[in-house]
Amino acid sequence: MTAKVTVKEVERVAELAHLELAPEETQHMLKDLNAILDYVAELNELDTTGVAPLAQISELDDTAGAGVLRPDLPLPSLDRAAVMSQAPETDQVFFKVPKVIER
Amino acid sequence: MAKERKARLSSEAKPAESYVEKPKTLAVLRAEIAAGHTRATDLAASYFERIASVNPRLNVYLSITRERALEQAARVDDAAAKGNPLGPLAGIPIGIKDVLVMKGAPATAGSKILEGYKPPYDATSVSKLEAAGAVLLGKLNCDEFAMGGSNENSAYGPVRNPVDTERVPGGSSGGSAAAVAANMAVATLGSDTGGSIRQPASFCGVVGVLPTYGRVSRYGLIAFASSLDRVGPFAGNVRDAATLLGVIAGHDPKDATSSPAPVPDYAAESDKRAEGLRIGVPAEYFGEGLDPEVRAAIEKGIDALKASGCTVKPVSLPHTKYAIPTYYLVATAEASANLARFDGVRYGYRSPNAETLSDLYCHSREEGFGAEVKRRILLGTYALSAGYYEAYYRKAQQVRRLLAEEFLSAFAEVDAIVTPTSPVPAFKLGEKSNDPLAMYLADVYTVTASLAGICGVNVPCGATSAGLPIGMQVLAAHLDESTAFRVARAVEDAQL
Repeated sequence: MTAKVTVKEVERVAELAHLELAPEETQHMLKDLNAILDYVAELNELDTTGVAPLAQISELDDTAGAGVLRPDLPLPSLDRAAVMSQAPETDQVFFKVPKVIER
Repeated sequence: MAKERKARLSSEAKPAESYVEKPKTLAVLRAEIAAGHTRATDLAASYFERIASVNPRLNVYLSITRERALEQAARVDDAAAKGNPLGPLAGIPIGIKDVLVMKGAPATAGSKILEGYKPPYDATSVSKLEAAGAVLLGKLNCDEFAMGGSNENSAYGPVRNPVDTERVPGGSSGGSAAAVAANMAVATLGSDTGGSIRQPASFCGVVGVLPTYGRVSRYGLIAFASSLDRVGPFAGNVRDAATLLGVIAGHDPKDATSSPAPVPDYAAESDKRAEGLRIGVPAEYFGEGLDPEVRAAIEKGIDALKASGCTVKPVSLPHTKYAIPTYYLVATAEASANLARFDGVRYGYRSPNAETLSDLYCHSREEGFGAEVKRRILLGTYALSAGYYEAYYRKAQQVRRLLAEEFLSAFAEVDAIVTPTSPVPAFKLGEKSNDPLAMYLADVYTVTASLAGICGVNVPCGATSAGLPIGMQVLAAHLDESTAFRVARAVEDAQL
């Protein structure tokens, strides 16, 4: 069973990822994704019934540090002026972006 | 054999252009600085001269932090003159991969989308180096967002391998490896998600360390795949790499996955003899596709370990081949989430052509990201999207557990596992970059350890007949870097 990605699927995924692909790029991506996904279909050769997914290394028994949480207290963060100095457009308090809603 | 070699040499009559220069060891430099024979400011200046001289050809550094370096060097000289205690890295010139943040210095992650960005804070590993007295020279070139195996994916041009400038240094920490090989730094920091420290260390003939996941804080590392990313050191020899790890390792409350395990004296551990250690050799890493010269060199390394008093036995890691699809699903899925923050809003590149917010996101990302990054974001988004999550991402996480458990079982039988770090030596620029699958295959030896969370070291282990470095990968169990260093040191001492 080899998955074949369609152009429509590439476009949908691009939309989800906020990427806008030019037509040549879409064709190139289609080829690459199909090639990689063929490779990936190998995983289905393995029977993983009853195997728990491993999301974090600290889940493994012999590793220390299984996600101890800090107290839920607000702490000082970054200096606002320093952060805003890197913003493309700002009023020094907020990040400015194009209008979302037309009044 | 001699006739073939003659024919090869006459057809490749031009000798490789080499910029190889071995840095002095930490021990020698520390002694010189402490005794006042060498001033840290002069040492830093000499490194900046070296960089100015060779960087135009090698493209290793993307930016230098001269003021910060010289101020630190002056502090070290002052302390040395007064006879005050000096830190373990006092005055040592070190380069930092451009995915680690240094306050006020450019951090591009090798991408146009962060061109001009200057972070307002230091990475923990950077702070720790500086607290130990290190003189930070600048930011090192790398594959864009640490995605790549050749440093050809950098938006700022490729890095050239100092051993042969027509060849790649490996990636993604190509700049970090090349800097040490060319003595443009005494040591460097890189990052490793799927092999990005080990493989370039192998291609450039230097030592590179993959610490256990959680051993070194990821705070200040621009994230690629959060369950895989590790920060680690490069150096010219095993002891120095161990020293550096000792400085940067340790629990950090700013990294929720950071391990609270105590940090051993890795340098002292690396001095211990390897005699009596049990070494595992997995057949799965010695099959088809392994360059015969690499195989021969690794076998010599294994013989050297036997001569050091290690016992060598075969181990079985039958799920090895499934590591690649597993890695590319887990890593790309996590990358698609981590790179969602680059949207033109708060920092970095903002497209000037956007009239709506949606266009702002799309145009900024389309114009700011390179092709490989976009490819991986798309694959990751696809793997996580509704209808595919179970079949792709969740399945990959299940296989990940099988791979991790396989290593745990092996480490019940042996203390360390040795393999080639790469199936081939450094290839020529442009040779593989047209075929994404070929590049992925070159990862096969390194992504298994990445997925399992275990630690490893690349140690130089001979060279091909053309003089290209070969590296041995020494893998050890979680938090057992000491064993990896002992084994690597035994290989290094054999001077193959």
